[in-house]
Amino acid sequence: MAARRPIVPFLRVPDDGEPYLVGERCKACGSVYLGKRRACSKCTATGPFEEVRLSRNGTLWVWSIVHQSMPGVPVPYVVGIVDLPEGVSVRCNITDVEPDPARLRFGMPVEMTTGVSQQDREGNDVVAFYFRPARG
Amino acid sequence: MRDVYVAGVAMIRFGRYPDRDVPDLGAEAVLLALKDAGLGIRDVEMMAAGCLFQANAMVGQRILQEVGQTGIPVVNVANACATGSTAFREAWMAVASGMHDVALAVGVEQMGKMGLLGGGGGSGIRTEGVVGSGLMPAVFGQAGMEHMRKYGTTREQFAKVAVKNHEHSTRNPLSQYRNAVTLDDVLNARMVAYPNTLYMCCPTGDGAAAAVVVSPEKARQLGAKVKVLASILTSDPWSDRDLTLPDVNTLTRNAAAQAWKRAGVGPDDLDLVELHDCFATAELLHYENLGLCKEGEAGRLVDEGETAHGGRVPVNVSGGLLSKGHPLGATGVAGVFEVTSHLRGSAGERQVEGAKVGLSHVIGLGSACTINVLAA
Repeated sequence: MAARRPIVPFLRVPDDGEPYLVGERCKACGSVYLGKRRACSKCTATGPFEEVRLSRNGTLWVWSIVHQSMPGVPVPYVVGIVDLPEGVSVRCNITDVEPDPARLRFGMPVEMTTGVSQQDREGNDVVAFYFRPARG
Repeated sequence: MRDVYVAGVAMIRFGRYPDRDVPDLGAEAVLLALKDAGLGIRDVEMMAAGCLFQANAMVGQRILQEVGQTGIPVVNVANACATGSTAFREAWMAVASGMHDVALAVGVEQMGKMGLLGGGGGSGIRTEGVVGSGLMPAVFGQAGMEHMRKYGTTREQFAKVAVKNHEHSTRNPLSQYRNAVTLDDVLNARMVAYPNTLYMCCPTGDGAAAAVVVSPEKARQLGAKVKVLASILTSDPWSDRDLTLPDVNTLTRNAAAQAWKRAGVGPDDLDLVELHDCFATAELLHYENLGLCKEGEAGRLVDEGETAHGGRVPVNVSGGLLSKGHPLGATGVAGVFEVTSHLRGSAGERQVEGAKVGLSHVIGLGSACTINVLAA
């Protein structure tokens, strides 16, 4: 049976339960990063860092609609920068919305979904995260 | 530190040269710049060469193999789109420090038609279009959307940048494209990444540019009048979201602040500006970053034609990256060429009359910013 692996290191894919994003919080200044690091790029403290589980809900900071991409990438797609309440932002695709500027607005609440995006060379399922307009 | 003068500059017309190679393009620019300075390759004491796509391939030395292997120190630099301007700064430092009296900077690139889309990931896992976009059109599209979010800047205002720069390029025989376009043309063109349409994105292409910088004594001998008032390089400091959506603003503001301090001039003293309009959205951000207007007024500036040729502070009279072209390694040196040409009164049909002080600005995403302030 194919294994499941995350598309980026800061996405956790547990055997049971929903995948979720994790951040590393600098205990000296509180800045949160995606992925592990040796020192805080804001305050330069070399630690300690603590892992924090990131929220599934955030707000859309900015967005774009990509109509021309690399060969083999289906277009158009909506992309954006989502601010999470833990004080870190993520780059992501925005799904479940028409690729139409009229459908997108700054600051709109969004929520995370996850799914298998592709298979890697070994045939493992690559799990990705997406954000869509919040249905709350 | 001592004063540094620009003694010679040259660029070849940006475009597509599929039958030539990088050293050949660079060598042509080098020989033209040396001729412009009234010097030969034997007079050159050090060389800095910028080429991004062949950063591991000793481009500077290969150029010398075409124009004269004199055994001088050569450094090859790579700094994304700021590659050429970083090479210029290396040459400037070599003279400013007193180490050398004559230094040569060359920037060259051969991009082909794929440009930055040609790169492929090594992992076999596709993230583009899955985890957002790392492609330049989307990055600068979103950077423009931040300005729209903060200040209500409109898609039409961004589009007017493309109209202006394409119009400017009709007067520049060295520009890759020389076609004027209307606002409707720009707005109705194929969308690349919202809000940037085709005409709001710089083309890919090939090109080369070179500059010879010299000590004050050499400048007197050669009759070189254009002085480098400041040559600044910054990297991206920590800022909110920089690691997610590269912040092209803060490092430009930092570079500008350092430039004013070192040059002893301010934004009001500038007679022309060549800034990094890789996308139309970027140009408006840099009006504010460079202090050409107050916060939030960039849209008004382009609406009122203040940055058009003949306006209060002409921006990108060369046609800018949007129309002149953006062969990555060549761009920064070509900016120095453009400003120098105006300060000498040799810019032909596109001359900014009476230009005394000019600024050239480049952003390399990831990020690097260079600002060179030149004066006649």
